[in-house]
Amino acid sequence: MAVDYATLKKGGFMRQKQKNNFSLRLRVVGGNLTAVQLAKIAEVAEKFGDGHVHLTSRQSVEIPFIKLDDIDEVKAALAEGGVEPGVCGPRVRTVTACQGEAICPSGCIDTYALAKELDERYFARELPHKFKFGITGCQNNCLKAEENDLGIKGGIKVKWRESDCINCGVCEKACRTNAIEIKDGKIIVDESKCNFCGRCYKACPTEAWDTVHGYIVSFGGLFGNSISKGEALIPFIEDKEKLMAVCDAAIEFFAENANPGERFKFTLDRVGKDKFTKKILEVYNG
Amino acid sequence: MADFDFNIDDNVDITDVVCPTTFVKAKVALEELDDGQILAVKMNDGEPVQNVPRSIKEEGHQILKLINNEDGTYTLIVKKVGD
Repeated sequence: MAVDYATLKKGGFMRQKQKNNFSLRLRVVGGNLTAVQLAKIAEVAEKFGDGHVHLTSRQSVEIPFIKLDDIDEVKAALAEGGVEPGVCGPRVRTVTACQGEAICPSGCIDTYALAKELDERYFARELPHKFKFGITGCQNNCLKAEENDLGIKGGIKVKWRESDCINCGVCEKACRTNAIEIKDGKIIVDESKCNFCGRCYKACPTEAWDTVHGYIVSFGGLFGNSISKGEALIPFIEDKEKLMAVCDAAIEFFAENANPGERFKFTLDRVGKDKFTKKILEVYNG
Repeated sequence: MADFDFNIDDNVDITDVVCPTTFVKAKVALEELDDGQILAVKMNDGEPVQNVPRSIKEEGHQILKLINNEDGTYTLIVKKVGD
């Protein structure tokens, strides 16, 4: 029987240099694995691989040296530990995430919850080419949002609440973009300078700020053969429903307009960023 | 600092160290104090003044004031919370 490499690849089996050996990519969401999953992965790597695993650049795990004949057995063994193969090829890939506000003091959004939601919504969806989501919790950008076809960065929109302010002056210095000025005991935020990092609110001893935790979304990033930084074409998104509508619209646009084998950035360049921006703004304003 | 009405119990100067020792030095000084006592922390402009106040807040202490010494340093007035 001829080996159907396309099907194998879809199921995360990456052909190795060594004939009949595959590096099995696993489905990891937001960079998290449980201890149970890790134990099972270790067991499978020992039994069916050569005893090592590889951590990919996008938070997945691959088990190299899996033999073609063992594939069904390997899949069944992994399933016992709640682990399944990942994907490669022209479809929605691993959704990556930093630890986000659930763990990290700097986080502005729950990146893992969002990664799970996006993974459930889109994982392995067939598209003209690969499509990567990356979610980072704040402006520190540990997860490099703009490298992705669609990058999401958590942010906090702030409004000073005078009644709780003790006028300590910490926020003015905590701000890295010089957006805050204190004049006669009043705090003035220059919204054109604010990058939604939330540092003023996080540093404030009395948290005298009304806040909206939301999303800065960038489109068309890639970091492979060609390198390009994703662009934030729309304003700060204040709620998750709108974020999902924007993600849906971006994927639809890509599915409808991209040529086979064309990354999102090149579709935007060819079809016109203006056309895409107009469409995505309709969703944003809708 | 004469303009401000705080009874400073202790002072620490963290202008001679860099991150992350800045915060550690302030934290150690706070540990020497009793609940409710007040520490004045002198720090440099730039990264220390951007980050140290927040780190001290996250430790649960109460920040009262940040004073610009107009010489490239700031003094943070902190009330210790808890023992």
